[in-house]
Amino acid sequence: MATASAHHTARAQADETADEAARTAAYEAVFDAAVAADERIEPRDWMPDAYRSTLVRQIAQHAHSEIIGMQPEANWITRAPSLRRKAILMAKVQDEAGHGLYLYSAAETLGVGRDELLDKLHSGRQKYSSIFNYPTLTWADVGAIGWLVDGAAITNQVPLCRCSYGPYARAMVRVCKEESFHQRQGYELLLALSQGTPEQHAMAQDAVDRWWWPSLMMFGPPDDESSHSAQSMVWKIKRHSNDELRQRFVDIAVPQAESLGLTLPDPDLVWNEERGHHDFGAIDWTEFWEVLKGNGPCNEQRITQRRRAHEEGAWVREAAAAYADKHTSGTGGSASTTGETGATRA
Amino acid sequence: MTLTVNTAAALALGDDALVLSHRLGEWAGHAPVLEEEVALANIALDLLGQARVLLSMAGDEDELAYLREERAFRNLQLVEQPGGDFAHTIARQLYFSTYQRLLYTQLAAGESEFAPLAAKAVKEVAYHQDHAEQWTLRLGDGTDASHDRMSRACEALWRFTGEMFQPVEGVDIDWEGMRAAWLESVGATLLRATLSVPEGPQSGAWTAGAGRQGLHTESFGRMLAEMQHLHRSHPGASW
Repeated sequence: MATASAHHTARAQADETADEAARTAAYEAVFDAAVAADERIEPRDWMPDAYRSTLVRQIAQHAHSEIIGMQPEANWITRAPSLRRKAILMAKVQDEAGHGLYLYSAAETLGVGRDELLDKLHSGRQKYSSIFNYPTLTWADVGAIGWLVDGAAITNQVPLCRCSYGPYARAMVRVCKEESFHQRQGYELLLALSQGTPEQHAMAQDAVDRWWWPSLMMFGPPDDESSHSAQSMVWKIKRHSNDELRQRFVDIAVPQAESLGLTLPDPDLVWNEERGHHDFGAIDWTEFWEVLKGNGPCNEQRITQRRRAHEEGAWVREAAAAYADKHTSGTGGSASTTGETGATRA
Repeated sequence: MTLTVNTAAALALGDDALVLSHRLGEWAGHAPVLEEEVALANIALDLLGQARVLLSMAGDEDELAYLREERAFRNLQLVEQPGGDFAHTIARQLYFSTYQRLLYTQLAAGESEFAPLAAKAVKEVAYHQDHAEQWTLRLGDGTDASHDRMSRACEALWRFTGEMFQPVEGVDIDWEGMRAAWLESVGATLLRATLSVPEGPQSGAWTAGAGRQGLHTESFGRMLAEMQHLHRSHPGASW
């Protein structure tokens, strides 16, 4: 790690500089060089304020998406049509809560608290993925979410495993492993429906028809309207543009739809020999911005449920905190319980 | 030696696990902290796993889960009680996990057809019991408000506990010994949690053993309607 030790030396030299501005400039040069050399930035490293706040925003929104994303799927846990599917779905929703926990931990390394982030989610100051504002109307939606929504998420997230910020990159490695598993399960669920009775096949097709376009919107606005993209790419938080990733996803999904025996609801979808990619129809960006503004089909319901769970759970968190206060002095208390971490920080 | 499966016993134990798993699954997305989203789903999954093994011993797991009507279910009334607040969920779990741990410990040591399942399940159930006990302590000995809620929950569910000690045919264990051990364990936890052991009768609104005879409480039919609706809407389909 010749570069790392060079940076260390440069940073030590910067520390000796008395002038504040000169020191910041020297730190910045060390940071830029580390990013350029594909080194990981770690929590105790110096980083530009804007880099820190961009990461906090992105990681928090990612965590919020995992938590809100539990709702559309949990909607079907009590109605899953076989015990095997019920077990798979419960395990998936549990994994999502776990992903939320990893991601809040990653965000906390940047100096924000989980409670503060949850507060911002509940008050609408931070967002979550627009996709979770669509309703799950049939059992097949659970499969469509696994195949398309998790598929789009993976396309977005695999490059994040190489993100310049170490804790985020490492969280993504774990998240992506589990997401790929979920995606295969979703595909397999849809396949079972597609090859099942005519009613099941129709249910699968209807779900894909409703989830296809919202999934494409998950990659965010087109490149020329994406406000954070350029800087995020320089910082190697992002590795590919929204449109590049969207194209990659379409190219992967089309043959999968064929092998599922389902069609995609886009009459303009066609292989372009010259580009070596699929051309596809125009996305309804009006709908996208409306959903983002809070006017999607389930925005109100999702956030209300999240707030209600939090508010109705307040007495439980208070109880855990009060108990910890009474019993932690001296012995260090019992470490075996769950639920304390969030509570004592309140 | 081949063991003949006692279908009635497999159904009784399997239905307990199936129904409580379902009730815990209702918490997904509603838990008071994220750690509890994970914990409650985890317990629900363990129970569903047990249910699948037990129901498969008695027949086809999906036919048994989705195509029986409420009078044919053999679960305890305790496990079908709606979640209520978090204190009700914890009290229900404390009562049931303690029962299950004592039951499976005995079954694991025996030679019945349930021994292999019990040997695996007892490890899961020990975790469930610990989780319920830890929360009973925190809610009981937390704030005044949590103490009141936990106290009310323990009282409200107490009348469903007597049914647990009605012998299940085909489950060869020391039932009277289990009742004593259960009372001792739960009683000690409640006292540590600054709660008192409820004084009311342990038999429910029906005669003792009602759930085991297919006599259930009103909310159970609605729970099954939700659980079975999709499966029943597509007769013969596979999923």
